[in-house]
Amino acid sequence: MTEAVNLWVLSGIAVMIAGFALRFNPLLVVAAAAGATGLAAGLDPVAIVSAFGKAFNDTRYVSVVWIVLPVIALLERHGLQERARVLIEDMKGATFARLLTGYLLLRQITAALGLTSIAGHAQTVRPLVAPMAEAAADPQDEATREEVKALAAATDNVGLFFGEDVFIAIGSILLMKGFMAQQGIELAPFELSVWAIPTALFAFAIHAFRLWRFQRRRLTR
Amino acid sequence: MIGLEQVYLVAGLCFAAFALLSARDGGNPRRWLNAAFWGLLALSMLAGDRLGDFGNGLLVLALVAIAALGLGRGSGGASVEERSAEAARHGNRLFLLALVIPLTALAGTLAFKHLPALVDAKQVTLVSLSLGVLLALGVGMVWLRPRTLAPLEDGRRLMDAVGWAAILPQMLASLGAVFALAGVGEVVGGLMSGVIPEGSLLAAVIAYGLGMALFTMVMGNAFAAFPVMTAAIGLPLLIHQYHGNPAVVAAIGMLAGFCGTLMTPMAANFNVVPAALLDLKDRNAVVKAQIGTALPLLVVNIALIWFLAF
Repeated sequence: MTEAVNLWVLSGIAVMIAGFALRFNPLLVVAAAAGATGLAAGLDPVAIVSAFGKAFNDTRYVSVVWIVLPVIALLERHGLQERARVLIEDMKGATFARLLTGYLLLRQITAALGLTSIAGHAQTVRPLVAPMAEAAADPQDEATREEVKALAAATDNVGLFFGEDVFIAIGSILLMKGFMAQQGIELAPFELSVWAIPTALFAFAIHAFRLWRFQRRRLTR
Repeated sequence: MIGLEQVYLVAGLCFAAFALLSARDGGNPRRWLNAAFWGLLALSMLAGDRLGDFGNGLLVLALVAIAALGLGRGSGGASVEERSAEAARHGNRLFLLALVIPLTALAGTLAFKHLPALVDAKQVTLVSLSLGVLLALGVGMVWLRPRTLAPLEDGRRLMDAVGWAAILPQMLASLGAVFALAGVGEVVGGLMSGVIPEGSLLAAVIAYGLGMALFTMVMGNAFAAFPVMTAAIGLPLLIHQYHGNPAVVAAIGMLAGFCGTLMTPMAANFNVVPAALLDLKDRNAVVKAQIGTALPLLVVNIALIWFLAF
């Protein structure tokens, strides 16, 4: 790099870290970070507000997922969480580790087939997986109960992240193919997705082991 | 053709209903703040394209100001006893209704690809989700016969439980756009490539994998980290200088970035939103539950690049 590097544009990252550490409202922190980095890059305030507004409008699809809440609420009012608990309590062999390991496998396989949106935190984890995990774990104190629910959410994330890249038409594969093509390296999506398989296997093994160990150390049954 | 426009219409009407129901919730002392927050989000969904860039920016600033003042939580809802009685009455058929959204997503993903004239091929996922929601609501209203507004009332209470975290993912995506405009990626990439000792392949592989995870943690998104780290380290060192297999370097490098996603509150939709949805006291409980998987997996990914690419 020959020209002088403007390190001040990193001030936004510093604002993010400090803001999160000091527990300010995260929306405020994000807005402040955008302002700091924008000013450091020599943009005027109107340009920064406009750039942020344009990006916000272009990414509205991210917040569409909340339309599932009325359905989840309807199901919960009519006892879905309670029913999920009863179902697990009636099953003899349904332990916490078996349940979440099964969900992990299901999530990885369906994501690898490109079916990433058939499950998720609002659609499946809150109404089904978390109450089932809680029923199977039967936690004896509040701290363990929180950890059980957090692990249910974590299992969904691990399954999704380390399954989806095995599918050839997922966003990240297309991003890699596009970026490498710009750099003069032509890759087929299949070449990229096949190299996601070793990591997918390790992710399953490591996370399943952690679930089993959590059950053995922290749960009574 | 059905595409984003119709999806945003459904979402806008849903947020507008949340706003109106918030306004008349006497049990919430901050009901006007809630009504304004969800109302602005409804406006963004319904009319965002007509507000202009600066107008949208002002809308975001208003959302941030309301969130900083503090949203309240909606009141009311069914008791545990009522829900248990309902559960006993309806039995396992409740699961069938719960499967309507996933099954519609599945069917839509498979079917709409072949109907490009009917549904915008790029928006199949969101269109299927919206259809699933409308279908499940329709079936649920007929079968369970709740009061007309009950799903929206209870949905609004769930929405209030998520609160400002609902738009954090969208805010972070927008921050990424400002960072890109300011050239943050190039500066970080330049700094990273400056710290690698000359002539050490292992150091370059470690810097690439770690850098991918760390920069993902800062940006909250491996997609933002990938071009930066690959341009700074992956391409010049691993691929051109040491002749590593480009498919392995790219694919497993991205997955090293995903390990970073598991360890940061910046990936709000995966890590912060579920903590709010599950009513966890610790906002970072999901991140903490994931570190034990993410760290060993990051080491595995770095080792895999080292063994498989060279």
